Amino acid sequence: MTVTVERSACTGCGVCVEACPFEAIEIVHGIAWISPACTDCSACVEKCPEGALSQPADQVQGEKPRARWEGVWVLAEQRHGNLARVSRELLAEGRRLADELQVQVAAVLVGDQVADLAQDLLWSGADTVYLVEDEALANYRTGPYATACTRLIEKYRPEIILVGATHLGRDLAPRIAARLGTGLTADCTALDLDPETRLLLQTRPAFGGNLMATITCPNHRPQMATVRPGTFTPATPDPKRTGRVVREEVEFAPSDLVLQVVQYVRKPSQGGGIENTEFLVAGGRGVGGREGFALLQELADALGGEVAGSRAAVEAGWVSKERQVGQTGKTVRPRLYLACGISGAIQHVAGMQGSEWVVAVNKNPEAPIFQVADFGIVGDYRLVVKELLEALQESNTAYRKRSTG
Amino acid sequence: MLGLMVAGEGERMIMDFSLDREEEMVREMVREFAEREIAPIAAEMDEKGRIPEELVKKMSRYNFWGIPIPQEYGGAGASYLSYIIAMEELARVCAALEVACETHTSLCAEPIYHYGTEEQKRKYLAPLARGETIGGFALTEPNAGSDAGALETTAVLDGDTWVLNGTKIFITNALLADIFVVMAKTDRSQGIKGISAFLVEKGTPGFAVGLPEKTLGIRASAVAELVFDDCRIPRENILGKPGEGFRLAMASLDGGRIGIAAQAVGIAQAAHEAAVKYARERKQFGRSIGRFQAIQWMIADMATEIQAARLLTYQAAYRRGRGLNHTKEAAMAKLYASEMAMRHTVKALQVHGGYGYMTDYPVERYLRDAKITEIYEGTSEVQRMVIAGNILR
Amino acid sequence: MRIIVCIKQVPDTSQVRIDPKKGTLIRQGVPSIINPEDKHALEEALRIKERCQGEVTVVTMGPPQAEKALREALAMGGDRAVLLTDRAFAGSDTHATAQVLAAAVRKIRDWDLVLCGRQAIDGDTAQVGPQLAEYLGVPQVTYACKLHLEDGCLVAERALEDGFEKVKTRLPALVTVTEEINSPRYPSIRGIVQAVKMEIITWNSRDLGIEQGQAGLDGSPTKVNKTYTPKPRGEGEVIPGSPGEAARALLARLRERKVI
Repeated sequence: MTVTVERSACTGCGVCVEACPFEAIEIVHGIAWISPACTDCSACVEKCPEGALSQPADQVQGEKPRARWEGVWVLAEQRHGNLARVSRELLAEGRRLADELQVQVAAVLVGDQVADLAQDLLWSGADTVYLVEDEALANYRTGPYATACTRLIEKYRPEIILVGATHLGRDLAPRIAARLGTGLTADCTALDLDPETRLLLQTRPAFGGNLMATITCPNHRPQMATVRPGTFTPATPDPKRTGRVVREEVEFAPSDLVLQVVQYVRKPSQGGGIENTEFLVAGGRGVGGREGFALLQELADALGGEVAGSRAAVEAGWVSKERQVGQTGKTVRPRLYLACGISGAIQHVAGMQGSEWVVAVNKNPEAPIFQVADFGIVGDYRLVVKELLEALQESNTAYRKRSTG
Repeated sequence: MLGLMVAGEGERMIMDFSLDREEEMVREMVREFAEREIAPIAAEMDEKGRIPEELVKKMSRYNFWGIPIPQEYGGAGASYLSYIIAMEELARVCAALEVACETHTSLCAEPIYHYGTEEQKRKYLAPLARGETIGGFALTEPNAGSDAGALETTAVLDGDTWVLNGTKIFITNALLADIFVVMAKTDRSQGIKGISAFLVEKGTPGFAVGLPEKTLGIRASAVAELVFDDCRIPRENILGKPGEGFRLAMASLDGGRIGIAAQAVGIAQAAHEAAVKYARERKQFGRSIGRFQAIQWMIADMATEIQAARLLTYQAAYRRGRGLNHTKEAAMAKLYASEMAMRHTVKALQVHGGYGYMTDYPVERYLRDAKITEIYEGTSEVQRMVIAGNILR
Repeated sequence: MRIIVCIKQVPDTSQVRIDPKKGTLIRQGVPSIINPEDKHALEEALRIKERCQGEVTVVTMGPPQAEKALREALAMGGDRAVLLTDRAFAGSDTHATAQVLAAAVRKIRDWDLVLCGRQAIDGDTAQVGPQLAEYLGVPQVTYACKLHLEDGCLVAERALEDGFEKVKTRLPALVTVTEEINSPRYPSIRGIVQAVKMEIITWNSRDLGIEQGQAGLDGSPTKVNKTYTPKPRGEGEVIPGSPGEAARALLARLRERKVI
């Protein structure tokens, strides 16, 4: 069972019903009743004014973590010999966690002829790089990659494993976690350590970003988490850093190799990605159509930035999927995020709240986007954007006049 | 089901306000379809005065054109209440499309189902119910409006063919439909008992469709006149028996009126939702206008009367679905719902102030669309006649 | 082709709002829907069935109310529906959920392909698919945006951040799909009329041979320690004036702070 109700203390006030994010509590005959939908999140326990709700202590089951599980690992991601930026971001965070735990950081590098990437990993914070090279690993495939990683994990027993929440990482990490029978927390946006238990505190958005949840994996090892790219800042590579590169051999079963990669097609993305630009001009449902986005593009061009969209705008087909910001899209942290006609539903905010400066333009002064904006303009975005374009043009001409004359 | 005796006329009235699973799922499905496929083009349809062919096809795929017709005749086989709920949801986004679907179903497919021979059902009903053909209904004439008995269109038997002559006006689906149920006098010596119903296919020589009329509302449903000039149709295309036409028309209109009541409820619901949204967003004197009592009262009256109309409509649908007498109930639902829709689309526009008068907002369309519900398939005055006639008989 | 589609009933998170005063979720009137990407998985299964015949079984784990999602799936064209429900399943994390689903798939026994949505909008983890594939011991293709069958093999296009890759594998296999793969049909009205009369197969932990501690909270390695609503960023400055005045004032402020 989940949360328990002390019947004598419960007054049936309904505060818990309000507090429960999962609609798992009802007042039945004047007393709180916990339905099977309860996830044990404890939101109600804290809110109960009578102290009538409690959570039974965690039952210990399965294998107790053994002292031998030690160290922080990062599963490095490379495709066609290019190291993903998220791997370096994770090494920086892994380094911080390892220092606090007073353990070492290792990176696992899997592929074919990728040894030269090891140095980059050492410079970015790894103490050790475990390297598996094999022709079967030339392209990323779930089967052999999962087997290679699982073998190393079973052999060296790290206590924490971090993986980028990329298409590759989100394919690989659950397969490994399932094979090891351990827990995995997806798409973390913050990591921390419990000073008493050394447990990894994994914070992630849930419920479409409406709720933040901190998750632990108390009784199973390793503790595994995928982390969204852009969550942490990579350390500047330090060429003075040194470490070991340990080469490992792994044998694959035929069942690991049944899937074949037939073809890889790189899509020429129009302009740079929305994650790597300083200025983002984003539009939502309020933009109203493709013509509106053409106007936003003009502004983005004038600023030297990119155009992005909310889920609503992407679903309406006004802007392409790879430009979607939010819980189900990308996390961005530009220098300036200019939101036009975006109401600011929490799942959108989840993807852009790390922006340095946020400007919101919206007709509705009550739009939640204004709550996360540094500057807001209440009005028709078309008029405001046209004025911005004009003003930018004026100052450019003025600047040119000054510099030439 | 909880059954209660309700005082008055010894009629047993069923009081269970929960929809069954089918009705709930139909509402959800139609709402989703309507909001995603129809709402985005509703204003454009109104402006251009036509229903796009692709939309008719798409609706066929999901059985919109045969909701209460049994599956063996190509329909969905849903309950009558499911059908009426679907009509309400269609009208909530596009009243013109609702009346196209409602006329097709209640006034063409249904009479063929109830009065047609097995052969007529196979030949005409199945394609109608599958949405492969669209149906219409032709009763009204220049000199026979509310007085339907004054028909001047005639049908004369000549060997193996009926020869039709006359003019029908204000015919819904005139341009869209492939087949019409047409009322004509087969015996001029008799009044309403001399009226018979016929199935006439578009393209029959001697049958011409006029130009679409310019109308105040429901513009996407192009209304036009039908002209029969020595139009010959096969002898077997009489629907029902000779002289049975008026009864068939009135029985079909009993169903049609429930459909129009649902249309009125749907239009009023849309107007109400627009007014509520606007009352929340619009700020005057430093606060949203929904905080002013003047607006609150309008919103409250609207919500109350919409619900009353909806319950009358559902009750009539329930009775028709169960085969219970429902002439009076259908007339009551139509009368109340249509006048309610007219009152409240005016109020919803008033809540919007000047913005409501602009075509940028949909409320002016709701108001234009609402007016016809007080007129067609029997004016409010005719409904009152029907209701009083049923009470005082 | 015997296809199993795993679906989840979720609250429509796009309609969840935060009470600005209390900071709690406003769930009133938030409808339960079939997880959007699962609908795309079902649509793909129905299209495969229409192309090369077969049978589509829809499976969901959830409370008894999840029956509604199954009925909708049947109305769209699913052939049979299985509801996995038991108080002992409550509070399952992705690992425990995948265990229960794996037990059900094994019990169905005859199958060639399992289709799932990439991820659910209430959890966004994208983990259950791969975990289920691991427990079933079959190859997986995640993020599939195109799918077809070719001489008994499955060929899929997998979306990558910078393009896509085409992969080929034998069956049985598990595929998770993204919303680009197709656009799902609505349930037809005739489908609804039939679906409400169909039987829903219901299995509990005993039917599935799930031991105590294998599912639910006890069978979940991860625990939710605490939940909280994210803090708003803090009120900014609303710049008044006409669009022209406001635009110029905005640029001035951004320049002042060296943003541009």
